[in-house]
Amino acid sequence: MIGLEHYLTVAAALFVIGIFGTFLNRKNVIILLMSIELILLSVNINLVAFSSFLGDLAGQVFTLFVLTVAAAEAAIGLAILVCFFRSRGSIAVEDVNVMKG
Amino acid sequence: MQSDLNVILPEIILSLYAMLALLGAVYTTKDKAASLIVWMTAAVMVILGVWLLVYGDAGDRTAFFGMFIDDGFARFSKVVILFSAAAVLVMGQEYMLRRGMLRFEYPLLVALAVVGMMVMVSAGDLMTLYMGLELQSLSLYVMASIRRDSAKATEAGLKYFVLGALSSGLLLYGASLVYGFSGTTLFSGIILAAGDGQVSLGLLFGLVFIISGLAFKVSAVPFHMWTPDVYEGAPTPVTAFFATAPKVAAMGLFARVMFDAFGGVIGDWQQIVALLSLLSMFLGAFAAISQTNIKRLMAYSSIAHMGYALMGLAAGTVVGVQAMLIYMAIYVTMNIGVFAFILTMERDGQPVVDIASLNLYSRVQPGRAFAVLLLMFSLAGVPPLIGFFAKLWVLRAAVDANLGWLAVAGVLASAIAAFYYLRIVFYMYFGKEGAVLETGRSPVLWTMLMASAAIMLIGIVNLFGIEAAAEAAAMTLVN
Repeated sequence: MIGLEHYLTVAAALFVIGIFGTFLNRKNVIILLMSIELILLSVNINLVAFSSFLGDLAGQVFTLFVLTVAAAEAAIGLAILVCFFRSRGSIAVEDVNVMKG
Repeated sequence: MQSDLNVILPEIILSLYAMLALLGAVYTTKDKAASLIVWMTAAVMVILGVWLLVYGDAGDRTAFFGMFIDDGFARFSKVVILFSAAAVLVMGQEYMLRRGMLRFEYPLLVALAVVGMMVMVSAGDLMTLYMGLELQSLSLYVMASIRRDSAKATEAGLKYFVLGALSSGLLLYGASLVYGFSGTTLFSGIILAAGDGQVSLGLLFGLVFIISGLAFKVSAVPFHMWTPDVYEGAPTPVTAFFATAPKVAAMGLFARVMFDAFGGVIGDWQQIVALLSLLSMFLGAFAAISQTNIKRLMAYSSIAHMGYALMGLAAGTVVGVQAMLIYMAIYVTMNIGVFAFILTMERDGQPVVDIASLNLYSRVQPGRAFAVLLLMFSLAGVPPLIGFFAKLWVLRAAVDANLGWLAVAGVLASAIAAFYYLRIVFYMYFGKEGAVLETGRSPVLWTMLMASAAIMLIGIVNLFGIEAAAEAAAMTLVN
């Protein structure tokens, strides 16, 4: 029987993969965007699992909001990335280094 | 339904204005009327601010079953946000126009970001919190890279986007855990689930994730990495905006979540917030010493100031929230003045941001140099100026709440930070001979600089009555 814990474990694993993807990735900014998407999807799994466990619809409504915002966020992220590529000719993480902080 | 809409009327007006102006500008004049739209947007925001200030006091109201809260705390923050956003918008207009980056989208993005901020400080539910935060953040990402042909600006936008989206992810994961372990997304329900002093492990994890997400937004150490780069890379008018209204909104949201949702378990978050405050004050003080770029310096300065504001929040009392609100209002006023000066700094028509370019500035423009001196002393917290009273308020709140060690650390950090503020004054009055800085003749920037410096002096009489207003606002948040 698959219970709440299984869903939460999958979500937690996806979340950790997403976090590590953003910090350990040294290659490509697109991978950063994918990692962020992974984090948001892990949140969605969490919310839907809790929603069904609690018998409360609010979690699924929340999921729909998160999905919508994630789409807008990805659009803006890719747009900024295109501008960055035009001015630098590269999207490697190592090249994001004009300012050091 | 009608009464719900009445509660969110200011937000509806501002967002309708932004969308209509966007459509109107796209189909007619495009960038030609950009200056006009800047002034119109600022006017709309000032009118809304005055309206909230004069007629806003309709008691504590909630709308949409508690998802949106309109109380004294929200109104105080909204007034500060609206006025500061309008001031910064008007300040940047000439700078952007002369350098050909004034697009008509810019003022409308500011307007939409302000709508997001107004929703943030009024959030009564995890969903409202998230939607307000994202409306603000998405607008800010675009604004950071609005100069899309510049390598620095796009890099700033990219860094801000990646770290901002990551922090939203952390906050959201925390929100999902809080929802799961309390069974509701409403703050009024969460405070009941967490109210009896016993917090389940899941709820505690959720709380920690939410705090780290919010700490990113207020740029508290250890989540501050984006701040110096974004401040440096973004165009100066945008940097001025980042340093003012979004900080107020993020601190407002922080206080809102901590007290409305976790007000029953202050002991559980007090230590975390106190630690964030301690680290921010010291990192802001030490890291700014070696900076030569005045925008980076202001970034570290804002990190340190957020540390002091968090100290008020860490106290967890009415006085603490009152101190935080006073601190934010004064911080915003000081920053408007300083950025009004930074926007005028140029040489041969090109903007300069190097601190060394201020050498002997007092000989060229004694009046402005004196205004900057007052602002720098106030930022450092030198006694007679109101920056000192802002620090006094938070320190007193911390001592009253048995956080004496934090108050002592705050005094030490402010003594260290005084070094780099005074260094700017030193360059202006006793620097080396060299190429002289030019500061244009913009009347708007001159007025903002002088008004802000005058407030630093005149404000010491009674802080313009802000203490009573902040106390009334804090009372509605902390019960």
